[in-house]
Amino acid sequence: MAQDTATRTLISSAQLRRGRGRIVYWTLLTVVVVGFTLVFVGPLYWMVTGALKSGQEIAQTPPSLFPRDPQPQNYVDAWRHLDLAKLLFNTFYYAAGALVFQLVLDTAAAYALSKLRPVLGNLILGLMLATLMIPAMVLVVPQYVTVIDLPILHVSLLDSPFAIWLPAVANAFNIFLLKRFFDSIPEELMAAALVDGASPLRTLWSIILPMSRPILGVVSIFAVTAVWKDFLWPKLVMPSPETRTISVGIYAFSGGTPMNVVIAASVIAAIPTVLIFLIFQRNIMSGLTTGSLKG
Amino acid sequence: MAITTAPGITRKPGRPAPPYPPGPRRASLGRRVRDNLTGHAFLIGAVTCFAFFSWYPMVRGVVMSFQRTRRGVTTWVGWDNYERILADPSFWAAWKNTLYFTFLALVLGYAVPFFVAVLLNELRHAKGYLRILVYLPVMLPPASALFLFKFYAYDPSDAGLFNSILTALHLPTSQWMQSAEMTMPAMVIASTWMNMGGAVLIYLAALQGIPGELYEAAELDGAGIWRRIRHVTIPQTRLILALLAMLQIVATMQFFVEPLILANGTGTQDSATSVAYLIYQHGFFQNDLNGAAALGVIMLVVLAGFSAAYVRLSAKQD
Repeated sequence: MAQDTATRTLISSAQLRRGRGRIVYWTLLTVVVVGFTLVFVGPLYWMVTGALKSGQEIAQTPPSLFPRDPQPQNYVDAWRHLDLAKLLFNTFYYAAGALVFQLVLDTAAAYALSKLRPVLGNLILGLMLATLMIPAMVLVVPQYVTVIDLPILHVSLLDSPFAIWLPAVANAFNIFLLKRFFDSIPEELMAAALVDGASPLRTLWSIILPMSRPILGVVSIFAVTAVWKDFLWPKLVMPSPETRTISVGIYAFSGGTPMNVVIAASVIAAIPTVLIFLIFQRNIMSGLTTGSLKG
Repeated sequence: MAITTAPGITRKPGRPAPPYPPGPRRASLGRRVRDNLTGHAFLIGAVTCFAFFSWYPMVRGVVMSFQRTRRGVTTWVGWDNYERILADPSFWAAWKNTLYFTFLALVLGYAVPFFVAVLLNELRHAKGYLRILVYLPVMLPPASALFLFKFYAYDPSDAGLFNSILTALHLPTSQWMQSAEMTMPAMVIASTWMNMGGAVLIYLAALQGIPGELYEAAELDGAGIWRRIRHVTIPQTRLILALLAMLQIVATMQFFVEPLILANGTGTQDSATSVAYLIYQHGFFQNDLNGAAALGVIMLVVLAGFSAAYVRLSAKQD
């Protein structure tokens, strides 16, 4: 049956296979599978089908399980009236940029901190990790003030994608994840590359990065979903309707738009992250547990 | 001098010797930077971003909380902002709500994932499927998930998802977000549904690290399932349990999207206002960025107090 009968948990496998234990186990398993499906997928089903119902059907008691007269028009309306194509494109653009900036700058920083050992490296790492202790809400106001008038340069990043890309780089968690991974790559490899006359950049590109694919994948997924899920920051720094992200756009329209259309738009907004999850769920789960257990 | 390890001997991670020979011992900082120019060049991008968007705003937030800007002129006003914030009746309502939310979120969002993880760890089948299910809501944009709750689950009429379930079970229905008493529990339920996946996965990983012999020994000593949970499972996962409690407190104390989307910010009679929402309202509606900064500093102090208490408590236990 199970692939891991060797590992003993709270209740022994032997006990679960015997008489009463077996009945209890199978009952419990059925209850859990059905219950969890209802609790976690049920609402999503309600959301997808609810957006297909007419206003009247939504308000009827008892509610109908299947839309009696499906109205795909709600999805079409959402797409057109809320200009979802534009909003989706914006969000995608911000997520892709944040990904590139984080991959380039955070990987370089983690590589330097792990392998090149710059002066004051540990102090810098410490200062970066300290930011993990600062609640995001505390920083929102001064960060906003900084973004509308960047010190020294005196430019405003309002409505500019850099207002999302550059703060995304200041991600101590990702740098820490990457640094830990690089730390586990043996020094001997670095030494061998040095003997062969490879520059640090060359070593990073040809030796370190190819070995780090799993962790780069995890960081990439985190980077993309973080932008897709963020709400308050893009709401503040992307005030124009043309630069909004999809979540903010739906929120902005939710007041004067029929409920079904808002829900239809919410479904569309959720599709990309849910797809990413279903495709990369293995990487996401392993990244989550390694990251959080050792962090 | 840098590379002296004999082949085959792996160094301890974390303290590898510098592969690029550092300069003379007591060389000046500038000199040492010049000797490892590449190392510093690689750091510069991330460090600049941290400087502009984390380190500087941190200092600036504290400074701002003691200043006031009127018609473009910034003056030092001492504790004025704090006094104004403390005099705002919403301040205390917001803290009361925030502490209540944090408390409920600890009971629900902390205990439920743990028992879900213990349960999932016992099942020999469908593990992968159940894990995906639990984590699925975490991947939804919060706005999507909250609109789902707002319009469908918490529909105060009998057609709402929760109310239809309650009716089917012959239980009294609720006004949900329209009743001041249900606002907080309703927000916690939505928030737990949205966020519990991460905690469940972390607990599952911790549970898998418990040596099976411990359970075996406990069983031989005649310990039933509950006593095995109490004397083996909980002590063995204590560190993770404590860490997640801390993270949960810090995360839930900043709840913001829930009141904004579910309760249009304040809810009926300030029943939904949170401290984080108050920061947002002061900063971006009342054009009182300095007051909002002061609120942020107060929040930081409270959360730092929690962390300090946590560190002291956990140090005592060891």
